[in-house]
Amino acid sequence: MKKLMIALVALLPTLVFAAGGNVHLDKAEYDLTDKTSLQNGAKLFMNYCFACHSTGYQRYQRVATDLDIPAELMQDNLIFTDSKIGDLMNNSMDEKDAAKWFGNPPLDLTLEARLRGPDWIYTYLRSFYKDENRPFGVNNTVFKDVGMPHVLEELQGIPTAVFETTVVNGVEHKTIVGFESNENGEMSSDEYDAAVLDLVNFLVYAGEPNKLERQNLGFWVLGFLVILFILSYLLKKEYWRDVH
Amino acid sequence: MSNAPVNSGRRKFLTLTTAVVGGVGAAAVAVPFVKSWSPSEKAKAAGAPVAVDVSKIQPGQLIRVEWRGKPVWIVSRTQKIIDELASLSGQLRDPDSQEPQQPEYASNINRSLKEEIFVAVGLCTHLGCSPTYLPDSFGEQVEGIESGFFCPCHGSKFDMAGRVFQNVPAPLNLVVPPHHYVSDTQILIGLDKGDA
Amino acid sequence: MLKKLVTGTIDWVDARIPMTETWNKHLAQYPTPVNFNFWYFFGSLAMLVLVNQLLTGIWLTMHYNPSAEGAFASIEYIMRDVPYGWLLRYMHSTGASAFFVVIYLHMFRGLIYGSYQKPRELIWIFGMLIFLVLMAEAFMGYLLPWGQMSFWGAQVIISLFGAIPIIGDDLTLWIRGDYVISGATLNRFFALHVVALPLALVALVFLHIVALHEVGSNNPDGIEIKQKKGSASEEAKGKFTFHKHYSGKKDIIDAIPFHPYFTVKDIMGVAGFLIFFCAVIFFLPEGGGYFLEPPNFEPANSLKTPDHIAPVWYYTPYYAILRAIPDKLIGVVFFGGSIAILFLLPWLDRCKVKSIRYRSWIHKANITQFIICFIVLGVLGALAATPVRTIIAQIASVGYFGFFIALWVYSKNEKTKPLPTRLTFK
Repeated sequence: MKKLMIALVALLPTLVFAAGGNVHLDKAEYDLTDKTSLQNGAKLFMNYCFACHSTGYQRYQRVATDLDIPAELMQDNLIFTDSKIGDLMNNSMDEKDAAKWFGNPPLDLTLEARLRGPDWIYTYLRSFYKDENRPFGVNNTVFKDVGMPHVLEELQGIPTAVFETTVVNGVEHKTIVGFESNENGEMSSDEYDAAVLDLVNFLVYAGEPNKLERQNLGFWVLGFLVILFILSYLLKKEYWRDVH
Repeated sequence: MSNAPVNSGRRKFLTLTTAVVGGVGAAAVAVPFVKSWSPSEKAKAAGAPVAVDVSKIQPGQLIRVEWRGKPVWIVSRTQKIIDELASLSGQLRDPDSQEPQQPEYASNINRSLKEEIFVAVGLCTHLGCSPTYLPDSFGEQVEGIESGFFCPCHGSKFDMAGRVFQNVPAPLNLVVPPHHYVSDTQILIGLDKGDA
Repeated sequence: MLKKLVTGTIDWVDARIPMTETWNKHLAQYPTPVNFNFWYFFGSLAMLVLVNQLLTGIWLTMHYNPSAEGAFASIEYIMRDVPYGWLLRYMHSTGASAFFVVIYLHMFRGLIYGSYQKPRELIWIFGMLIFLVLMAEAFMGYLLPWGQMSFWGAQVIISLFGAIPIIGDDLTLWIRGDYVISGATLNRFFALHVVALPLALVALVFLHIVALHEVGSNNPDGIEIKQKKGSASEEAKGKFTFHKHYSGKKDIIDAIPFHPYFTVKDIMGVAGFLIFFCAVIFFLPEGGGYFLEPPNFEPANSLKTPDHIAPVWYYTPYYAILRAIPDKLIGVVFFGGSIAILFLLPWLDRCKVKSIRYRSWIHKANITQFIICFIVLGVLGALAATPVRTIIAQIASVGYFGFFIALWVYSKNEKTKPLPTRLTFK
């Protein structure tokens, strides 16, 4: 235990941002008020991600209500398991099988946007590139040696990385400076970015479904408090006339 | 040399206004605390309407389903039982279902949507025990009536429309829950027709 | 008629418990220095935050599941499925940080105006005990969401006890009740967090206030408002009457009754504070990753440490001291010492003058460097250590402890300014 503690306290600094903390992240300009985008994001998520990744802390019912998806449409088109609409959104994958197939069981993504941030997800999903040395034939610049296939390949195709070789102190460094599409996807580059943004939007929503309600309520609360503060200031001044 | 306030009109007004506004604030703060005791989405999902297939129920048979943790009975009544219901009026407390123990659409003599299929919450209106269904030995309880419900706890008796007999502890007829037919053979328990 | 009923009821109660007497003694006729400034809001605000934490805490336990299997999911259940559960939770999580903000500012007030000096040593001691219990309370509460930060933060802090010679390893095992932090640890932390420590906190707050009301408040001038009987002029005593408990033995100068003057002033303070507090709750509940840390949105995993772990911001100064020292045992000693030395403050400061307003430039410089070191340590404790940062942390640690040593040395024969005879407004 002593060793563990020493390791934790002393080696902490060296552990920082092991998984690509210094990679540049593109800004995800998501919009939680855009229901169409959220609906599209939900659809993409259920079709491409949900087979492996649950969002097991949220319920179908809530998603349907918040995203203006009619309950029947939700039940028929977006619920692929035998779940009822009131259920939590868990997929039917067995954790042990999953661990065998991917090395680690795929994570629950309900809180992914709060854990890693929207920008990370947005950039990550747009940073897969062809790499024959990896088990799934792809690698990722944001999450190096990721144990996940490029599930959106159907939409984007598999880009190839463009390398630039620089020589620092006589040692060659190969860095990836961009991607080149292989034109095998259904979508153009812009369409793909938009689709990923919708997906990010949905995950941001899933991370905190009350976010808009919270902010709306916040304006009322602050407005009320300003009034209360002004009143209490006047009250204090009035009483303190006795003192001064 | 006194602590008595100057009691100007302005002071009174400001004290009152601040107290009222502060009171409104305090009441608003109470809202989340009070509302958090209402059923959560989890409880609501667990208490969601239950769909039941009634095509397999034999005449005279009773099946139980759970809705919001309570037993709900679905009984298939024979024509003989249905015919008998009208003749029992004199022995019942509320033969015409005047008390609001059932939705509007079940406030008829059969207390049901369809004549033969009777749906009720299987809990005695006395103290909440679940009565026993006596399909052919109810005569021991009420002379001349073959089937009915008998509560083992305190001896309350109900007919095949869940109506309570006179001179028993239970005050009211059995509760008929909201329900409707989704199709000819399927009932959705817990939801009136048209309520999504 | 109604008035008769009210006075009748009050008389009835007063004949049985001293209600009106207590009201007068501690509020309506309690002498309070007239020159309290901005820094004197934080005592009542600390009470407000305490009440907020107690209420929201009680309500959260109604929905929280204290088990390793269910804890994380039950937090999300509160955030999503319980009506207004998200608000209760944010009020509690923001309240935790607000508590420390308020308490630190309250302590700073005590530091600059010498409120810890004779005869207020016990108030300071009770206050420090509150601070200590509060740190334990916050630490145990932080384990309850059972996220990655909860787990690894607790791992590191509990492991500190392993530095104690001989019994260290057994002690950490005993605290955890398991070979790793587990459901057993979670359950005992839960019990302490929701029952034992809040009881201790409330009891200590009560003692803190009893001690305060016995000797009376200090003020920004650091001179006493209680003077020898018969020594003060009528003008100095002012127009207000105070409870005989205070005015019987002493002349009270430059004081006003707590109620209504400081009740209305504190209400204003509360309203002002709530604007900031609610702004965070509704618009910045994560506090930029400092109030709710991102890795805590991932369930606890005993096999994988997050990439960057740092304690919550209110522990970071002490954590930085711990990290700055390249030896485990000595590090832990100084870590504990950084808190313990605060208890000794009333005896380390040997100056007779309380307020910074009338003390030497050395004292002003010393307090300034102390605050700078404290903030620098706080910032460094939240960042990953690098060799340069470690050196800075070491320098700041010297400044932190140096404050107390220097204070003890120079305060004996400090060159102070003459004190006023009456309270002043600045």
